[in-house]
Amino acid sequence: MSELKLAYWPGCVSRGFTPELHGSMALVADRLGIELLTLDRANCCGAGVIAEHNQELADTLNARTFALAQSTGLAMMNICSTCQGAQSECQQRLDADSAYRAHINEALADEGLEYAKGKDGWTNKNFLWVLAEDYGLDRLKERITRPLSGLRVGPFYGCYIIRPKHRIGYELHPERDLYLEMLIDALGGEAVEYDGARKCCGFPVITMNRETSLRQAGTHLADALNAGADCLVTPCPLCHLNLDMQQPEAAKITGRELGLAVLHLPQLVGLALGADPKELGMEKHIASTDWVEERLLGAVTA
Amino acid sequence: MPEYTLKVRRYQPETGQGPYWQQFKVELDPDLSVLDGLLKVRDDQDGTLVVRCSCRAAICGSCGTKINGSSTLACKTQLAEAHAGANRLNGGDQPIVVEPMGNMPVVKDLVTDMEATHWEKIRRVTPWLLPEGDPPEREYVVPPQSMIDVTQSMACIQCGACVSACLSMEADPEFIGPAALAKAYRFVGDPRDAQARERLYDLAQDPHGIYDCTHCFQCIDACPKGVAPMDQIMRLRRLAGHEHEIDDINNGRRHESAFTKIIERKGTLDEALLLQESYAQGITGKLKPSMGAITGLIGSIPTAVRGLRTGKMRSLRKLIPGLHTKLPGDAQDHVKRLYAHAEEHGEELNLYITGEEEVVPEPDEAPDPLGSAVGGGRQHMDKLTEGGSEMAGEAAPTPVAEVEPEPDDEGGL
Repeated sequence: MSELKLAYWPGCVSRGFTPELHGSMALVADRLGIELLTLDRANCCGAGVIAEHNQELADTLNARTFALAQSTGLAMMNICSTCQGAQSECQQRLDADSAYRAHINEALADEGLEYAKGKDGWTNKNFLWVLAEDYGLDRLKERITRPLSGLRVGPFYGCYIIRPKHRIGYELHPERDLYLEMLIDALGGEAVEYDGARKCCGFPVITMNRETSLRQAGTHLADALNAGADCLVTPCPLCHLNLDMQQPEAAKITGRELGLAVLHLPQLVGLALGADPKELGMEKHIASTDWVEERLLGAVTA
Repeated sequence: MPEYTLKVRRYQPETGQGPYWQQFKVELDPDLSVLDGLLKVRDDQDGTLVVRCSCRAAICGSCGTKINGSSTLACKTQLAEAHAGANRLNGGDQPIVVEPMGNMPVVKDLVTDMEATHWEKIRRVTPWLLPEGDPPEREYVVPPQSMIDVTQSMACIQCGACVSACLSMEADPEFIGPAALAKAYRFVGDPRDAQARERLYDLAQDPHGIYDCTHCFQCIDACPKGVAPMDQIMRLRRLAGHEHEIDDINNGRRHESAFTKIIERKGTLDEALLLQESYAQGITGKLKPSMGAITGLIGSIPTAVRGLRTGKMRSLRKLIPGLHTKLPGDAQDHVKRLYAHAEEHGEELNLYITGEEEVVPEPDEAPDPLGSAVGGGRQHMDKLTEGGSEMAGEAAPTPVAEVEPEPDDEGGL
């Protein structure tokens, strides 16, 4: 089978407050034989916040990232639901209107860049989509050395990767809001059904309305625990910030003891590929991952 | 005709019993709606089933319900579609799940009380025109193109589906919410209204106002009329924070402007700096942080310390605002130049107005009068709230394509 080579946009948070995501992605890509060419000159997607300031600015910034990726001749991959959503939104506007696209490209010309609509079927996909659509879950299964047998995993998508319906590409890929369940199943684990899987983690309002934000995170964690989850998995580092890093604070707000491990998507895949939890940076998490390791490895690796 | 199973969440308060599930089987044409199914159950099997409905054609907004967990109109959801939705993951023959709307009390079976979380909030945003001066002798005259933008929020039929779906309101029932905020934009964006700034100030300062929305897109997907309430909320933020420079007590504008400035200077996000600046922009400079901002900043310290302990933050360096490195080589200078270009133009491409450009235009498609009037829908942000007369004087750019606006379907990627 041919190797998969992609232009890679890691995003900001994966190199900031969740460095274990960037690290585990590199490790997993290597084990899967996916070659990643990091776009180290690319800029922040704006996370929907810059668009609140100036929509054209957000569109221009992302057009620059797309153009940098296109200049490599490769399709682009991201590892953040929020990047995916914010970038898809800008791409939708850029693709909708050729005059607008030309106007934005004017700004990029200085750097010798140009975003071209539909260039050689160019796509920008989250790692989750790449796994399900390009790499293939069957091919992934062949590489599993440690099936996640008996591990009960709660999927947590992150809003931006599943909504709004008209922007996510369901016409071509109608199962995009089911991929996490399909992936957990492919890895040999058991997908836990609970209320919060497709809800909001609350992170976007953490500095504006802390209580609302943490109540959302805490409620979903508690629902997953009630449903018997051993851990959650998310393709979004911003969700991870609220579900893991803020978990002790969320516990205070919801008045309930939580303590549920939250894994980044590449970490879950990495475990099934036989990687050591430490290599995957799991000790960096705030909510202990000991229970997950105990379920899988039979011993606590304190 | 196929047989469908409807699993209905029932509640009959006069019996003294709590809510319970009941399944009904109906034989109906797959093209008929879930509402048709419910009415058939009521007619043939159980006359006590209570459903609120009137037009059965997605016009009156009476039959808001949750179908397979998604808020929508029962009359706008076909049985075949609902059955497929119920069996997406596992296949098989699971029943169609029908529940009353969320975020509001249930009166009986599928009927909810929309007063507290819908109607009261609609009244909260002063949903009527507040023009200046004496009314004109005859009608107000505004150019049609200045009104197109607000027609999207005018399409609301008050069904409450967005309120039912709102995830922020689920955590904070006091949130003004998607329906009322979309209604607020309808007046803020109306060229005849003279109180846009006062309206924006009110909504920005409310601790449960425009900055309480988490961008979850649930309201956009739930709305049966394409109102896209979240898009209207983002417009309100853009106008309040950027246009009117309203420095709200919720740190909304501080967060947005801090974020935007950091990317201009660094290219990627300096989280420590964002945290500090969102709460207390220019902590050493001209903008004095509010008491709430200082508490917020202090409240974030335990989280940071925990991160330092596990090695998540790698080093203390990561926690010191401003030490984050900028993009390599001349990349940062190019990003700065993009800022200059975009700040100079500040265009807002409204796909509701323009629709998506057809690659190959249909030869015999009649040109659309709205599309050409607006000139492709590109408009300067600062013209959004100004009087229509100025917009009329503006030379409209030549439309690049004549595409019919489709409020109900913005098309996919």
